[in-house]
Amino acid sequence: MEMTSLYPVASEIFLACAGMLLLLWGATAGEKSTGAITVATGIAFIIAIFMAGHYETAKAVVMGGHVGSNAYVLFIKVLLLLSALASLVLSQHFLKSSKLSRPEYPVLVLFATLGMMLMVSAESLLGLYMGLELQSLTLYVLAAFRRDNAKSSESGLKYFVLGALASGLLLYGISLIYGGSGTILFGMLHEVVTADKPPVELVLGFVFILAAMAFKISAVPFHMWTPDVYEGAPTPVTAFFAAAPKLAGIALLIKLLYGPFHGLLAQSTPIILVLSVASMTLGAFAAIAQSNIKRMMAYSSIGHVGFALVGLVAGGQEGVQATLLYLLIYLPMTLGAFGIILSLRRDGVYLEQISDLAGLSKTRPALAAIMTVFMFSMMGIPPLAGFFSKFYVFLAVVEARYVWLAVLGVCLSVVGAYYYLRIIKIMYFDKQMEGFQRVPGWGVASLLGVTVLFILTLAVKPDWALSITHDAAKALIG
Amino acid sequence: MMPITIHHFLAVAAILFTIGVFGIFLNRKNIIVILMSIELILLSVNINFVAFGAQLGDLTGQVFTLFVLTVAAAEAAIGLAILVVYFRNRNTIAVDDINMMKG
Repeated sequence: MEMTSLYPVASEIFLACAGMLLLLWGATAGEKSTGAITVATGIAFIIAIFMAGHYETAKAVVMGGHVGSNAYVLFIKVLLLLSALASLVLSQHFLKSSKLSRPEYPVLVLFATLGMMLMVSAESLLGLYMGLELQSLTLYVLAAFRRDNAKSSESGLKYFVLGALASGLLLYGISLIYGGSGTILFGMLHEVVTADKPPVELVLGFVFILAAMAFKISAVPFHMWTPDVYEGAPTPVTAFFAAAPKLAGIALLIKLLYGPFHGLLAQSTPIILVLSVASMTLGAFAAIAQSNIKRMMAYSSIGHVGFALVGLVAGGQEGVQATLLYLLIYLPMTLGAFGIILSLRRDGVYLEQISDLAGLSKTRPALAAIMTVFMFSMMGIPPLAGFFSKFYVFLAVVEARYVWLAVLGVCLSVVGAYYYLRIIKIMYFDKQMEGFQRVPGWGVASLLGVTVLFILTLAVKPDWALSITHDAAKALIG
Repeated sequence: MMPITIHHFLAVAAILFTIGVFGIFLNRKNIIVILMSIELILLSVNINFVAFGAQLGDLTGQVFTLFVLTVAAAEAAIGLAILVVYFRNRNTIAVDDINMMKG
């Protein structure tokens, strides 16, 4: 085998080697090496971004057909690496001040990202399963990372039990598909599924896989772990959970729907439709009653998953492009909002209650203004980026003749606007409290700057975002 | 004497899988039982893979089983580690006590 044949997965191989080296370094050098290992992890992410972005985007399947790459996979991989890098930057001050600064943290983030990248580049059910497990196992540990905190360990335990159940469902589905088709390779599955009458085991197995994927992207009714895990996990971990795994899960779902199981698309669209409507509805209504801002963001992310799935209901290249655009805009919006949450400190204590935001506009007007931008964007107010993401998914779904779904979606975003507006009202009009501290460090500050710039300027120049999502969708479907 | 066909293996696997899933949801006692249920689910999948592999005359099923076994070991290790951390904080592993966060 020639070395060049491994180019399509070079960034994964590089990250795996880097992760193992950093793990060894951390284990031998101990806690004093944390800073250096964090920086090294960040550099590894940046190198991996260049490696992923550099190689030609032609479709290639390597390693016995178990992993592969194309323009769609590269697009997702670069986004995953960027959001992992951003959440690593966000975590620094929080970890130091909570005495959680240990070398495992960056290494775990690295392995979780590697798992997500393998997930989306998988070209067989075995590759998919291994990537998914690498991601899930590291995320369980990250959720319980605050070992001396009862809430954090409880959230890790809940995530583990329900996540393992989802993995079990996925595996059972994979075993049925293997039995029904005799293969686990996506290319050969595609042929079996598009045959006149796919075997019944295969259809049953696909339903199991859909349920497991719905769990991983926390779509209703498989969302029950999300609020608890988001609330209990350390805040930077929550920020990571809200960004990268969601993207990887939805990207993998799209790849399955339009790759090996394309022949079952007509049957699976109603399932996606139910997941989407249920997620949008629960996300809009359940967030209203929350008092913890991390819990509110959990319900908000469930709602956003519902909106992103609307594009998949529409289907076709336009629908997939709309979903990808939604995710592209959702990531900086969420990471930015968590950047604000990670800047809310009074006397060195990180604040988590929504009522704690009162008076932010007086002491830290810039922070309050940036938070307002993110909240308006999440609501979908023009001309912010969040408006475009919603606009394109609804446009796609109207063109696919699901007008009622677009109307329902708009109504539910109005309901959802209530709790975003409540945050703005509390920041600007509630009883003013003093003593908010400055933004912790240049890392968080520059991340806030970049994300808010993205949200504000996408309206002026949306062409590049449309063109990269178009290319990615075309590589998958065209 | 009835010959043992693939359907018997699949039935055993399906029963084990169902017991595992019910073990997670119906069990009100302690978390170790949940970990055992998870293990049961993974093992039922292994029976499926081996049976299908033997029937199809294809090694993929057997190889997949080895991967699943490896991952199951890692999963059990991580599960127990999180359980120990949880026990140190709360001094209990009763399922009914996992209720610090609700809503």
